[in-house]
Amino acid sequence: MSAVRLENITKTYNKGTVSAVSDVSFEVAQGELFGLIGPDGAGKTSIFRMLTTLLLPDGGKASVDGYDVVKDYKTIRSRVGYMPGRFSLYQDLTVEENLAFFATVFGTTIEANYELVKDIYRQIEPFKTRRAGKLSGGMKQKLALCCALIHKPGVLFLDEPTTGVDSVSRKEFWEMLRRLKEQNITILVSTPYMDEATLCDRIALIQSGKILSIDTPAGTVKSFRGNLFTVRSAEIYRLLNDLRDYENTGTCFAFGEHLHLTFAEERAGQEEDLQQYLRQKNHTDIELGRVEPGIEDCFIQFMKQ
Amino acid sequence: MKQLLSFVRKEFHHVFRDRKTLLMLFGLPIVQIILFGFALTNEIKNAKIVVADYSKDFSSRRITDKIEASRYFDVEKNLLSHEEIELAFKEGKIKMAVVFPENFGNDLLHLNKAQIQVIADASDINTATTLTNYVSSIVADYQAQLLVNNSVPYRIMPEVRMLYNPQLKGEHTFIPGMMAMIMMLVCVMMTAISIVREKELGTMEILLVSPFKPMMVIASKLVPYLLISLINITSILLLSYFFLHLPVKGSILLLYAEGLLFILCSLSLGLLISTVSQSQQTAMFGSLMATMLPTLLLSGFMFPIENMPLPLQVISNVVPSKWFNIIVKSIMIKGLGFSAIWKETLIIGGMTVFLLALSYRKFKIRLA
Repeated sequence: MSAVRLENITKTYNKGTVSAVSDVSFEVAQGELFGLIGPDGAGKTSIFRMLTTLLLPDGGKASVDGYDVVKDYKTIRSRVGYMPGRFSLYQDLTVEENLAFFATVFGTTIEANYELVKDIYRQIEPFKTRRAGKLSGGMKQKLALCCALIHKPGVLFLDEPTTGVDSVSRKEFWEMLRRLKEQNITILVSTPYMDEATLCDRIALIQSGKILSIDTPAGTVKSFRGNLFTVRSAEIYRLLNDLRDYENTGTCFAFGEHLHLTFAEERAGQEEDLQQYLRQKNHTDIELGRVEPGIEDCFIQFMKQ
Repeated sequence: MKQLLSFVRKEFHHVFRDRKTLLMLFGLPIVQIILFGFALTNEIKNAKIVVADYSKDFSSRRITDKIEASRYFDVEKNLLSHEEIELAFKEGKIKMAVVFPENFGNDLLHLNKAQIQVIADASDINTATTLTNYVSSIVADYQAQLLVNNSVPYRIMPEVRMLYNPQLKGEHTFIPGMMAMIMMLVCVMMTAISIVREKELGTMEILLVSPFKPMMVIASKLVPYLLISLINITSILLLSYFFLHLPVKGSILLLYAEGLLFILCSLSLGLLISTVSQSQQTAMFGSLMATMLPTLLLSGFMFPIENMPLPLQVISNVVPSKWFNIIVKSIMIKGLGFSAIWKETLIIGGMTVFLLALSYRKFKIRLA
């Protein structure tokens, strides 16, 4: 049985005028770390809220742990852990009071499930008498994760847990998620950061309320069609415009300090032709090379389809 | 049960860690009483009064002297006719007139009882009441002096006439009315804001995705404000006793019980407001509109309801403060028991049940 299952889920706002999620279906297996990857406004939070029974879907069916999100909402609410997108703990309570409060709300105690949160809680324990509002961003996230975990949920929903957190804390956070996975907790996590996608078992790429692809990170990368090249020159902005005017350009977009490029048509000598074209356009310091596509490249390719 | 306790403890943490709000909650009644109290006492110093002594005998002169000696009065001795007195009142020249009838001294000596007429401008109720009370006590004081020197029980009866507002509607409205206002402000606004704050901060989102029952959040929110309000009632009563010399004539226990009921009613109203507002600002303005204005204008606190146009009189019936006003006045000032106010109690009780049921139904178990 899948831990989470969505069938043709649709959600609109403002009396149907704004479509947030349209016809989304996917399944998350028991004990899987599943990532929902997409930019802001893609519909990630709407999906999370429907799965945590906070919003009613307009169409389709969804279940968590085998329970229907509409009919059995009460059962789901006592079985899942949920960490909303922004920090939602009591700022005027201390770290320890927050954790104890949420433990009691779920009818348990810190001691009973200490084992589960131990690794994470140990890092914030030195600050346990500090008020939650005075914690740093990373520590807030750790505390929120502890609070979501304290009742040993079967499924954990983490809505953009690493947004606004520094890169070191982000890395730590994902390590924690991997360790939680070993405890056979199903984790559904959303993130706008493409680089975090590779840390999931499977990922769904989502854009404008539609699923672009569902696969393992490796599978997603493998599905990239064509070869990807990286290009740079002395004048990167003029280069981008020139490349977009080039007759054999498939896609071209900025990627850090480089441009990522695919050819519209793969043919022999395409790289030399391109070099020639760029030299004609008076570009200097031209660098051109093959590169392995990443999740972001795949995302852009899916979007263009 | 343990969950509820933990909820309540959390609410107390919220309240006690927000020092500024806490100060406001407890300071509000004290500041209000002192402000209103001073406004009252200042008014009465050197009030212009006229003494019309048609009798001019020993007793009337003694009483006039005593009145003159008081720092509350600015006495003018003038033999005005009733028409002239009325004119002086209309022009606002005087606050009170004391009339000794022609046969005052004779009546006192021969019949052992005499009358003084005290006429006050009762359009300003508080002043009128205080002034007539002063005169009455001065007369009573003189009477007591006579009794010491004489075995004949002389009786001087001040016959008090309140001009323009003979039934003295609104006497001492300010303590009961203010009690209602403070209860309303603290309970309605603070409850509404504290629930909406959970929505705004997103903690409601987490609470919803948990096995908690809506009733539990509601109940736990009410407890701290209930306690604060009880403390506020106590401080209002203490201040009005020591500062304004206004003791509770009726049963204090009954007053507290009714106060508790009114607090519950206000808390339910706050709850209802919180279920329909999404931001703390909306909640605050909503509560102010729902409490301050009706309590000030339509509860009989500031203006007598009887003088209002009929539509407003009808509307005033749905204002809980109006009924609480009547209850507190009955207990505190008239010293009446429960049998006199059971109807008002029932009305507030009914409102409470209605508001609670409505907000329980309106309490959203989802985000939208």
